[in-house]
Amino acid sequence: MSKSNLTRRGVLKTGTLAGAGLAVPTIFTSRAHAFTNEPTGGTVTLGFNVPQTGPYADEGADELRAYELAVEHLNGGGDGGMLNTFSSDALEGAGILGNKVEYVTGDTQTKSDAARASAKSMIEKDGAIMITGGSSSGVAVAVQALCQEAGVIFMSGLTHSNDTTGKDKRANGFRHFFNSYMSGAALAPVLEANYGSDRKAYHLTADYNWGYTTEEAIVSSTEAMGWETVNTVKTPLTQTDFSSYIAPVLQSGADVLVLNHYGGNMVNSLTNAVQFGLRDKMVNGKQFEIVVPLYSRLMARGAGENVKGIFGSTNWHWSLTDAGSKAFVKSFGEKYGFPPSQAAHTCYVQTLLYADAVQRAGSFEPCAVVEALEDFEFDGLGNGPTLYRAEDHQCFKDVLVVKGKENPQSEFDLLEIVEKTPVEQVTYAPDHPQFSGGSLGTCNNGG
Amino acid sequence: MDAIILQILNGLDKGSAYALIALGLTLIFGTLGVVNFAHGALFMIGAFCAVTLSKLLNASYTTIDETKTDFLGNPLKVETPYVMDWFGPEAGAAIIDWSVPLAILFAIPIMILIGVIMERGLIKHFYARPHADQILVTFGLAIVLQEIIKYYFGANPIPTPAPDAFTGSFDFGQLIGFEANQIIYPYWRLVYFAFAAVVIGAVFAFLQFTTFGMVVRAGMSDRETVELLGININRRFTIMFGIAAAVAGLAGVMYVPINPPNYHMGMDFLVLSFVVVVVGGMGSLPGAVFAGFLLGILESFASMGAVIDVLPGINQIIIYLVAIVILLTRPRGLMGRKGVMEE
Repeated sequence: MSKSNLTRRGVLKTGTLAGAGLAVPTIFTSRAHAFTNEPTGGTVTLGFNVPQTGPYADEGADELRAYELAVEHLNGGGDGGMLNTFSSDALEGAGILGNKVEYVTGDTQTKSDAARASAKSMIEKDGAIMITGGSSSGVAVAVQALCQEAGVIFMSGLTHSNDTTGKDKRANGFRHFFNSYMSGAALAPVLEANYGSDRKAYHLTADYNWGYTTEEAIVSSTEAMGWETVNTVKTPLTQTDFSSYIAPVLQSGADVLVLNHYGGNMVNSLTNAVQFGLRDKMVNGKQFEIVVPLYSRLMARGAGENVKGIFGSTNWHWSLTDAGSKAFVKSFGEKYGFPPSQAAHTCYVQTLLYADAVQRAGSFEPCAVVEALEDFEFDGLGNGPTLYRAEDHQCFKDVLVVKGKENPQSEFDLLEIVEKTPVEQVTYAPDHPQFSGGSLGTCNNGG
Repeated sequence: MDAIILQILNGLDKGSAYALIALGLTLIFGTLGVVNFAHGALFMIGAFCAVTLSKLLNASYTTIDETKTDFLGNPLKVETPYVMDWFGPEAGAAIIDWSVPLAILFAIPIMILIGVIMERGLIKHFYARPHADQILVTFGLAIVLQEIIKYYFGANPIPTPAPDAFTGSFDFGQLIGFEANQIIYPYWRLVYFAFAAVVIGAVFAFLQFTTFGMVVRAGMSDRETVELLGININRRFTIMFGIAAAVAGLAGVMYVPINPPNYHMGMDFLVLSFVVVVVGGMGSLPGAVFAGFLLGILESFASMGAVIDVLPGINQIIIYLVAIVILLTRPRGLMGRKGVMEE
């Protein structure tokens, strides 16, 4: 006679344990490899997570073009682009560690939850070993945290908020793009030289994380040179007509309007401000001025002639004449017929930097890549000598101050570089108050 | 006081756009009984009519300027618009400069045609269906139209400025005795308000003083009786759909110098315009216009720094708050009639 050990309680326990095991995402449980998505079969897959739909789709399309170009160059195709000017000679156009580079793409929609979902899918289903891209700090912070948990490297795209490498920094995340603090530090001396140190500034700020850190940075740097901040007003991210926010500016006694806006917000608020004739007014005996801390050429196109003469900052511009920039503009321009944007540049560079770090480390293991990138000094990628600082995984390099061009030669010729602010002037301590509150933690190999 | 006058002025142009869109929505609802969620897309298509005409007027031939180089170092390709060749540099430049007002003539037939095709091709099949079905199909249509525009024009806003004669602003405050720079108002927004007033007046006059309008009004009141008189009311209602589309389109054409248009601009206005219709009273044309201006002005007031300091976030909810209060006190809206959407 056989006796069954099956009991109701036992079945429940076993079922619960099995269910819990199945419920845990595979990225946290797949222990068969030494690290998450270890490449096999002679190929390695990178995940390009960019806005393909939504308001930043054009910027996302430009990022994707740059990634495709980077993959082509890494696999030995095309003219090699910046591989020919990069100070590191580890990459030889033979893929990464002999593995042919392949890629998958995801659509962030410029929404944090959608971006996390697409990144997760690329990691779990497509085997992406590195995630990169994006056009928003909210997305960058969200995806960076996911990559940290999953044990893959995150090379952020366009993200300008201090928090990405400040309170929300992660050991597996790296940012090549500059940040709000650097914009403030670079802009302030140029504003002082052009507009003087006795000014009253009125800030309109997009009501989300990037807006806050940019406002804080610009207020801090302009007040340090003697400007007075008359008012700071938050505007809803969904706002399309800014007339009711701009109309009270002149009544406040301000003689400078700072637009801490990006994308469609920037296009509309700047257009509205110019419509209201702010730049034609004399206030406090001075010409009224407008400042846009973060410029994007793609977005500046939307504002048309309204950008003329307006100062801002940018991470990179196609008109730079260093060898790296010229090589990139040539590769990109010949392939696509127009010059690359700053978003395209930072994405292309991030891909090369990741590939180079793997090559130098001799391994795709995330912690080895982190070690190779930390305190890595390089040149030849369009921004001059650059340091990937170990303490916060932020790149330190010269920052460009630009101005809307008065007499553009073409539809791409919208901004002119007025100052290349030296890196020393935009460098800050890792524990600077604008970046405090977070910790890198330890790198995660996943596996 | 100056701040109050300023926000009333600001509310007028925003209210003009709301009123024009809501007027078209109400015309369609009043005649055909359809809740048209694609109406915002018609506003957006109107705006892109202006963009298209501007691009057509800027159609150019290319010459090579050997003395200059492009971003790749090749000889610069110089684009010269054909209109400058045909009409001379000055007249050609003036035509391009006036592309937005000219787009009114361009947009009217296009928008009427789009409206008629939309009604005959899709919406007429949903007359007998519940309002929920109508909302779903028209909302789906709006997304399709939006994606088509994005495919051809991209996602970024496209600058389409007003004629040079209307750029800048005038000091309204000084006209009424205030100090300089206290109440400034852009010329083009004043043009927009005046244009909206003319269009609204024309629609009301058309309905009030023409035989066609009289029949349409009769059909709105009692469709069956009008049909029994042997009048093809359906054909007239289809034409009214086209006119409503043209009104939304014209609102879009003239709006492009205020904010550079993008594919999403219709959605930004659609929800607010529906609130305007409901607040004004479903089916009431004067209600739609009145509520449009009322909510536009209230929205401007809610964006004042002094108001936000006292009630943070009020600028984002004011319209919905007012809608709740009005619907609680007057369930049919400000000028709503008994029996509309109450079966």
